[in-house]
Amino acid sequence: MTEIAVRVGGQAGDGIASIGESIARSFSRMGLHVFGLNAYQSVIRGGHVWFQARATDGRAYSPGDGADILYAFDRASVDIHAAGIRPGGTVVFDPEKFPLSASDVPTGVRPLAVPTLEIARKYTSQSILQNAGGIGAIAYLSGIPLDLLHGVLTDSFGRKTGEVVDWNLGASADGFHFAEKQTHPHDHALSKKGAPKLLMTGNQGIALGAAAAGCKFLAQYPMTPASTIMHWMAAHSRSLGIVVKQAEDELAAIHMAIGASFAGVRSMTATSGGGFALMTEGLGMAGMTETPLVVVDAQRSGPSTGLPTKTEQGDLNQLLGAGQGEFPRAILAPSNPAEAYRATIHAFDLAERWQTPVLLASDFHLSESMMTVDREEIDLNVDVPSLFTVTPNGQEYRRYQYTESGVSPRAMPGQAGLNFIAGSDEHDERGHLISDVRAGIPTWVSERQRMMDKRMRKIHGLAKDSPPPVLEGPANAPITFVAWGSTVGAVRDAMAVLSAQGKATNLLHFPTVYPLDPEVVRAAFARAGRTLLVEANYSGQFGHLLRAETGVDLNDHLLKYDGEPFLPHEIVAKAVGMVG
Amino acid sequence: MADSATKPTVTTGLTQLPIIGKSDVKPTWCPGCGDFSVVAAVESALKRLKIPSQNVVIVSGIGCSSNLPHFLSSYGFHGIHGRAIPLAEGIRWGNHGLTVVATGGDGDGFGIGAGHFIHAMRRNVDLTYVTMDNQIYGLTTGQASPTSTMGHKTKSTPEGVIENPIDPVALALASGATYVARGFSGDVKHLTDLVANGIQHKGFAFVDVFSPCVTYNKINTFDFFRQRVYKLESAGHNPSDIVAAWQRSLEWGDKIPIGLFYSVEKPSYEDLEEVLAAGPLAHQPAGIPKDSKVLDEFL
Repeated sequence: MTEIAVRVGGQAGDGIASIGESIARSFSRMGLHVFGLNAYQSVIRGGHVWFQARATDGRAYSPGDGADILYAFDRASVDIHAAGIRPGGTVVFDPEKFPLSASDVPTGVRPLAVPTLEIARKYTSQSILQNAGGIGAIAYLSGIPLDLLHGVLTDSFGRKTGEVVDWNLGASADGFHFAEKQTHPHDHALSKKGAPKLLMTGNQGIALGAAAAGCKFLAQYPMTPASTIMHWMAAHSRSLGIVVKQAEDELAAIHMAIGASFAGVRSMTATSGGGFALMTEGLGMAGMTETPLVVVDAQRSGPSTGLPTKTEQGDLNQLLGAGQGEFPRAILAPSNPAEAYRATIHAFDLAERWQTPVLLASDFHLSESMMTVDREEIDLNVDVPSLFTVTPNGQEYRRYQYTESGVSPRAMPGQAGLNFIAGSDEHDERGHLISDVRAGIPTWVSERQRMMDKRMRKIHGLAKDSPPPVLEGPANAPITFVAWGSTVGAVRDAMAVLSAQGKATNLLHFPTVYPLDPEVVRAAFARAGRTLLVEANYSGQFGHLLRAETGVDLNDHLLKYDGEPFLPHEIVAKAVGMVG
Repeated sequence: MADSATKPTVTTGLTQLPIIGKSDVKPTWCPGCGDFSVVAAVESALKRLKIPSQNVVIVSGIGCSSNLPHFLSSYGFHGIHGRAIPLAEGIRWGNHGLTVVATGGDGDGFGIGAGHFIHAMRRNVDLTYVTMDNQIYGLTTGQASPTSTMGHKTKSTPEGVIENPIDPVALALASGATYVARGFSGDVKHLTDLVANGIQHKGFAFVDVFSPCVTYNKINTFDFFRQRVYKLESAGHNPSDIVAAWQRSLEWGDKIPIGLFYSVEKPSYEDLEEVLAAGPLAHQPAGIPKDSKVLDEFL
């Protein structure tokens, strides 16, 4: 497997992310696998931001370790990133902005001065055009054909035409040819490998999955890193017939979504941990009234405001415990955009089938990173059955009828003869309160227990219908990684590195973090090696959950809570340390 | 994945229920509570408009008055404290063929739910919001509410309230409500007119009702209001004049106006949300069409 990683660093407002995305998209159009990491701060202008586009002719599940080409917009970018440039690499810079000599970069790395501002001045006085010259030089170094780059740049302007597009094409060609005269492509430069791949973020996977699953209503309050779900849905609102409502707060968002669901529409809300905390009471109401609902928590570093643009898996306990009292819920945790697409469809299916809230755990690293997806991995042809399933049979309608599965016949407002009241108070089969004049009366004490049992029975169905843990890698390996969510990506890449070193490892990947079927989980661990929990939080929340739910005690853990995603080398080092 | 375990089918043989009536649940309010008049007015208004009961959803939060949906034979959603409005908005947007009436108390709507109240009005969502304003927290046994007047001694303010009350009518005018009225539980016929006209009004209709708590509020009683209220309809008030509406909203003392303060025709949120032009969302096709080019943007 050959890989090449391009890193672009500068200040917020420099256009770093759009340069990075153009490079990442060029790689994906070459048919390569790409991982694009967008690292930024909670500022709009200034600070330091960077983007890493890593391409391989194998599989890329993480940002990888280090980079081969650094495009530095300022001296600070060199200082911060030069140590991560691998031997044989290049640092692209413009000497008009700052000087850089060979002694400023690690041994084996060469500086390449590209006159990006001078190139830009050929076309315009707008300095932003310097980026085009830089992109051209990077394209040459990393093996991206100029015509393919030009296609990406043209498309990035959408329907816009005219001199701005022409300037960009001209300046990028100049940068490309300048580099061509000065040097040769990187030894790891890749060539076209096949048909173009899709490139999407985790949030785009979630939004696309929701639309495919028949979601017709999204209510959301802006919060990083969940906001881009709303942005995608809003941009496609008219073409896909989805009502997108930016609510006044998360309390409103979840209640609007519950209201629309009650009215007969598949509905979703999305937020991050702080917003999810505000949704807590509404979540319980969805559980109590048995109203289907999908809630996305794109986690970020907590507690409190925490690190708004950095990643963590610290909300698992919150997702498990949100809401007073007890009600059935499921928590699905996709690890990459393709899985996010499918998990979101699954979440809608579970929510509707079991008439209860289903939570989708994402995090900054999944939500905002880009990854290639094979066209075949996205099946838009999803069966979206009608929600109007209750038909007259001449008997009295009981919305909360006791059933073996716990699921009761669900009518929609507007259906004749099925009128009922959805109540957040405890209620009987017909939805009538047993919370006021009936509370504590022996007959109704037992009704309360029966109704609670009915609702909670649904947890067994949720467990049966949720995706079980998956063993990846060889069946018998001395080390078994245990991971969920975005962390799985770095583990997969670490396993590839270890495998290349002749060290066999495997992974128990949990696409469902709750509910866990104890028998299924214990069977999955029966042939595990020494178990290593890899989780992005302080206390190893999933390890605690696993022990509490199944009795499985993990041997060791690698925890990270500095806001940065796991990198393969960290996992490799830990694994090597365990087996020597 | 559908199977018989999760898709049971039962119901009555009816294809259309009659116009709304009382349910078989008896109100649990204290004898003499103002809320009896409100449920009667809501029932009468819906009857007058002849809206089939399956097309009505009554939504509430938590509080004595929020039990109201249980006492009528329509669909209903008895939600949680302060959140009746966003729930009602979601129901409207999920199926704007439904008539949605949100009900609740002053604590629910102007305290814990005040933010939603304001935003729903600036959106001009087409629903009717009837508040049973008794200027006290009843269900929690008598604490001050956002509309309790200065000096009112309650369990939580034994020395008297030391903050100004919210004026729901003025707040509604400031927030862009397109139908703003105030009724009194002591006059069910007048209240029924206000509610019926509010339901017919396109856009957000707000009807604040003086609905005395006979147990915990010994100041703002039926007698208190009977001695003070006068009808705007009999006082030459022009409800299309927002300045006049503002002036009337400031009146509080020996004379307190009830009736329609303000009414104006404006597009509702549902009118302006283009996706809803294709009909109620609940009846629109769902999913991504097979011939969609949506994946091309990711190439």
